[in-house]
Amino acid sequence: MDALPDFRVLNPETLDEALAARAQHPDSKPLGGGTDLVVNIRRGILAPSVLIDMNRVKELHAIKVDENSIEIGASVRLTALAQHSDVIAHYPVLAQAAAHIAGPTHRNMGTVGGNLCLDTRCIYYNQSEWWRAANNHCLKTTGSMCHVAPKSRGVCFATYSGDLAPALLTLQAEIDLAGPNGKRTIPLEHLYIGFARQDVPVTETQGDGKFFLSLRPGEIVVAVRAKNTPGLRSAYDKIRIRRSIEYPVAGVAVALKREGDKLTDLRIAFTGTNPRPVLLAGTAELCGGGIDERVIKGLDALVRDQIMPMKTTFTPGHYRRRVAGVLARRLMTRLYES
Amino acid sequence: MARLLEFTLNGRDRVDAVADNMLLLDFLREKIGLTGTKTGCDGGECGACTVLIDDEPALSCLTLAATIAGKRVDTVESLGHDGQLSAVQRGFHEKLGAQCGYCTPGFVMASAGLLRRNPNPSEAEIIDALGSNICRCTGYVKIIEAVKYAASLNAQGVSP
Ligand SMILES: Cc1cc2nc3c(=O)[nH]c(=O)nc-3n(C[C@H](O)[C@H](O)[C@H](O)COP(=O)(O)OP(=O)(O)OC[C@H]3O[C@@H](n4cnc5c(N)ncnc54)[C@H](O)[C@@H]3O)c2cc1C
Ligand code: SF4
Ligand code: FES
Ligand code: FES
Repeated sequence: MDALPDFRVLNPETLDEALAARAQHPDSKPLGGGTDLVVNIRRGILAPSVLIDMNRVKELHAIKVDENSIEIGASVRLTALAQHSDVIAHYPVLAQAAAHIAGPTHRNMGTVGGNLCLDTRCIYYNQSEWWRAANNHCLKTTGSMCHVAPKSRGVCFATYSGDLAPALLTLQAEIDLAGPNGKRTIPLEHLYIGFARQDVPVTETQGDGKFFLSLRPGEIVVAVRAKNTPGLRSAYDKIRIRRSIEYPVAGVAVALKREGDKLTDLRIAFTGTNPRPVLLAGTAELCGGGIDERVIKGLDALVRDQIMPMKTTFTPGHYRRRVAGVLARRLMTRLYES
Repeated sequence: MARLLEFTLNGRDRVDAVADNMLLLDFLREKIGLTGTKTGCDGGECGACTVLIDDEPALSCLTLAATIAGKRVDTVESLGHDGQLSAVQRGFHEKLGAQCGYCTPGFVMASAGLLRRNPNPSEAEIIDALGSNICRCTGYVKIIEAVKYAASLNAQGVSP
C-alpha cells in the first residue's frame, strides 16, 4: 500500500456549499468519479490539498431531455447518459459517445463534468513518478522541455481525449459554469483552448496541452446544454487499440442534414488528435450537393489542415490523422445514406 | 484528515475511522483485512479490484473511502452462504472460469452486478458487462460460459 499524498475530502450537498468550499480552498480540485483524477494523484502528477466530492451535490444530477433540447448535470454518470432512452432517440451522437468511453465499470463511476474536464494525455505524462523522474519530467509537470517536440519553445502538445466533447460540439452545446464571481454560460467550444500557441503568453482564449481549459480559478462545471435541430442525423465512432479500457486513437462525431439529394448541414468534430477537441471549420462549404468527389476531397483537405496529432501516444501522429479522416468520411457517408 | 465513516459492508452496518486519502481498495484489504479484492494495476486498467457499490460494479482502486458514506459495498467475500457457493462462484468453479485466479474476484463481482440488474443476459451483454476486466490466462471463453451457467443457476433459484 503506497500512501497517497495527504489531502482532505469535502462532501458538499448543495451547489452553494461546493462553491464555498472551492472559494475557501484555491488549491482544491473537484472530484467526479475519480477515474482520471485519482489515477493522476496516484502517479504523483497532481497533489491537490483538498478534493471536493461533487457526487452528493444534488443540483448536478439531472438529465432534462426532450426532442427540443437537452441539459445534463455535471455529476450525471456516463452509464446513465448512454442508456437514457430519450438521449438515444434524439441525440444519438451523445449516447454513442458515452457508450464508447473506457469500460462499463468506468462508466458507472465517470461523470459528465469529469469527462469534459478530462486532463490531456501524453506518453511522457501518464506515467509513474519514477518513470517521469528518470526522463527528467517535461513541461506539463515540472520539467523544462517537451519530449515530444523538444524545440517547442514552452509549448505542450498533450492530446485531449474525452469522447463527449466532440459529440456535444456537433450539437453546438453551451456549458454552464459557476465560480466565485457568479455564473456564466459559454459555448462549449470556448472551454477548450489547447491551440498549441507559439511565442505568446497563455490567455483565456489561447493555451496548449498544459493549459487546455478556459476555466477561471475556482470555477466548476454545472451543466452542459444543447438544442436539437429538426432532421439532424448524428453518430459517433472511434478507433482504439482494443475495444475497452482504452482511450481513443481518434474519435469522430458527425451530425448532418440531408434534404432530398442535398447535404444541407454538416458538422464534424474530433477527439484524440489535438490538445483540444476540434470542431472542423469550413464544413458549410461542403454542403449544397450530394456526397461526391468534391465533398470527399474537401473533407480530406480540412482534416489535413486542422487535425494535427503529435507523437503523444503509441500510435504515430500521421496514422492518427489518417484514421480520423477515414472515420469521418465513413460516418458522413453512412449517415447521409441512412 | 480522518473521519468517521458509516457504511454497509457485505450486509453489515459499520462505523470506521478512516483517513481522507485512503483508497477503498486499501481500506478493505489493509484495514479491514478482506483480501479477496485484488490490486492488479496502478489504477483503473485491470478490474481486479471491482466491488459493488449500491449494486453497481466500481473500481475500488479509484474510489476514496471518504466518498462512500451511507452506501452499500459488497466484496467477493459477501457471496455464498453457509458453505454454499453463489451462482456466479459455482459458474466460475464448475466451468473453469478461473486459472491463476488473480482476476477472478473482479470478474465475479462484475458478473454478480450484471445478474443483479439483468438476470438473463445475452452473450453480447455478458461481454459488454465484463469490458472493464482483464484476464491474462483464460482467453475469456470459459469466463463467458461461467456467467451463462451462473445465469441458468440463478434462474433455478441460486442467488447470484
Ligand atoms: C483505463 C481507462 C480508460 C479510459 N478511457 C477513456 C475513453 O476512452 N474516453 C474518455 O473520454 N475517457 C476515458 N477514461 C477517462 C475517464 O474514465 C472518463 O473520461 C470519465 O468520464 C472521467 O470522469 P470522472 O468523473 O471520473 O473524472 P474525475 O477523474 O473525477 O475528474 C477529471 C477532471 O475533471 C475535473 N472535474 C470533475 N468534475 C468537475 C466539475 N464538475 N467541474 C470542473 N471540473 C471537474 C477534476 O478536477 C479532474 O481534473 C478512461 C479512464 C481509464 C482509467
Ligand atoms: S507533449 Fe511534451 S510537454 Fe506535453 S506532456 Fe508530452 S512531453 Fe510533456
Ligand atoms: S487494481 Fe487494476 S483497475 Fe483497480
Ligand atoms: S485467471 Fe489468471 S488473470 Fe484471469
